[in-house]
Amino acid sequence: MALNDPQWGNKKNGGPPDLEEMLRNFNRKLSGLLGGKGGGNGGGSGSAGAGIGLVAAIVLLVWLGSGSYIVDTSERGVVLRFGKYSETTEAGLHWHWPYPIETVEVVNVGQMRTVEVGYRENTKNKMLQEALMLTEDENIVEMQFAVQYVRQDPKAYLFNNRMMDDTEIVRQAAEAAIREVVGRNKIDFVLFEGQAQVAAETTKLIQNILDRYQSGIVVSKVAMRNAQAPEPVQASFADAVKAKQDKERKKNEGQSYANSVVPESKGQAARLLAEADGYKQAVIADAEGDASRFKQILVEYNKAPQVTRERMYIDMMQQILSSTSKVLVDQKNGNSLLYLPLDKLIQSTGPAATPLPEPQPAAKPAAEPAPQPLTERSTRDMPLGRDRRERP
Amino acid sequence: MKPSNIYILLTAVVALVVAGLSLFVVDQRRTALVLQFGEIVRVEDQPGIKWKTPLVQNVKYFDKRILTVDATEPESYITSEKKSVLVDAFVKWRIADVKQYYISVGGDEMRAQTRLMQTVNSAMREELGKHTIHDVVSGEREKIMTVLREKTNADAQKIGVEVLDVRLKRVDFTPDISDSVYKRMDAERKSVANELRSTGNAESEKIRADADKQKQVILAQAYRDAQRVKGEGDARAAAIYANAFSRNPEFYAFYRSLDAYKQSFKNKSDVMVIDPNSDFFRYLKKGAGK
Repeated sequence: MALNDPQWGNKKNGGPPDLEEMLRNFNRKLSGLLGGKGGGNGGGSGSAGAGIGLVAAIVLLVWLGSGSYIVDTSERGVVLRFGKYSETTEAGLHWHWPYPIETVEVVNVGQMRTVEVGYRENTKNKMLQEALMLTEDENIVEMQFAVQYVRQDPKAYLFNNRMMDDTEIVRQAAEAAIREVVGRNKIDFVLFEGQAQVAAETTKLIQNILDRYQSGIVVSKVAMRNAQAPEPVQASFADAVKAKQDKERKKNEGQSYANSVVPESKGQAARLLAEADGYKQAVIADAEGDASRFKQILVEYNKAPQVTRERMYIDMMQQILSSTSKVLVDQKNGNSLLYLPLDKLIQSTGPAATPLPEPQPAAKPAAEPAPQPLTERSTRDMPLGRDRRERP
Repeated sequence: MKPSNIYILLTAVVALVVAGLSLFVVDQRRTALVLQFGEIVRVEDQPGIKWKTPLVQNVKYFDKRILTVDATEPESYITSEKKSVLVDAFVKWRIADVKQYYISVGGDEMRAQTRLMQTVNSAMREELGKHTIHDVVSGEREKIMTVLREKTNADAQKIGVEVLDVRLKRVDFTPDISDSVYKRMDAERKSVANELRSTGNAESEKIRADADKQKQVILAQAYRDAQRVKGEGDARAAAIYANAFSRNPEFYAFYRSLDAYKQSFKNKSDVMVIDPNSDFFRYLKKGAGK
């Protein structure tokens, strides 16, 4: 570093050896001038004196003029008198005693500078040696970030640290700091929930280190570009993130199932209750109807029991016989070896039946619709035993 | 030309030459060492314009600022648990005692740096051998750096150097250990992923089971209530029937039987084999006469 350091070089040029050389030069020139004048114009010492005076005045003016310099808004000028710090100048046009009495060095303090750690220019252009580091639980993470800083204090910046370029000192501090911060934390914290905190702590630590060297540099921000698992394990890390979402999805699926099943069963319950209520009202109504009908018939029956009984019986028989197939077999008079092809009779219903004389239609309406509701009830009662077994 | 003028000029020239040879500037950033025939006469550590005996004395300059030695390649060390790690560090140092510095390394910065790095390396070898990787990476990092600085500083004083900071940058596993770390990380993530997925499944199942339970309870309660209501209905109906039918049980039996017969025989497929001698057919057989 020492050999090619430009500031080193400058100092060498501006240092005492040069001073000596300059003086020697000056002397040589001066004696050359005198010699020339002496040779060309032996007698005119007065005009020679005036000439010397003029030349000296011009040289003096030029020399004084070389002391002016301009400091830009974002810059500060640091003036050294015989190598010793004398003042810091703000923006504007300034003048200092010219070389070799005073020198000025201009430092840019306004410009925000950036140092990239773990990458250069583009996050895809990785510097793995810088980027990979160990966490507290001995995992490896890849960090890429940029440090933004300014040269806050031009005096401290110039005099306290030797550096070709301030990126070097900032990069060193940043590399040391990020590793220390990451080394204090677990991988999940570094990669996920703690990214902002890691950046904040790193900023603080870099500043600490730089202050320790009194570098005059102020870090304004550490911008995290990337905090991720290293290449070889990225796939499984991505999968773990996906798994987290899968878990949420599964839960949501379960919830949606619950949201459909519970209201549905509430609906079914309501239906069951409504049906039960319907059944109750129907069964009572049926009973009342049946009872009322029976009671009315009973009243009439009591008036003429024998006749009513007979009529009801005959009505019943008529209804049965008119709707079924029948075979009249006189067992006492006929052959005892009677062959009845019952299966054929069943197949060819109707035409095979022996016609019966037409019964009187008068009694018919009274006996007809009564049994219907009763059978319905009994079938409706069936599910009582069945749905117990059917339920899941 | 008048001789007096020449004398003035000559005096001026001589004065300038003497000044040029005997005055020197010490920069803010440097310390100067004044030597007389190779022997150290004095140290000029304040900036400004200084004077020396011309021709007899000469001046050497040294940087006063903080200097850096940064290891180009990380070195491999063995920790207390016999794992090898790659560590690189940088050292911030400063020439504190110019005389000593000049005597011991001849003012050669490269020699000083080499010497410093050797000290740091051996101190590091010793320190890291006492600590685990975990200590180095996290818990004791600061402490180790302090110890390293103190040790290096103690040695550096012998060459007139003050060590301000020894800072660890990389502390990494060697590539073969890194590979096994990657494998472990991979396995850990997979187990995390599996755990997440199965927890998801379990939670989903729990929610479903709970829903099913609710469904079962709701339906059972509904069934219970429904049965109660039906029972009420049945009871009322039974009471109504009993009330009506008990007025003439015998007739009810007859009446109800007739109904039952009607219900039993109502299809053409029901075949009745009837004896014409039955009471019902008495008129069919007897004919019209009495």
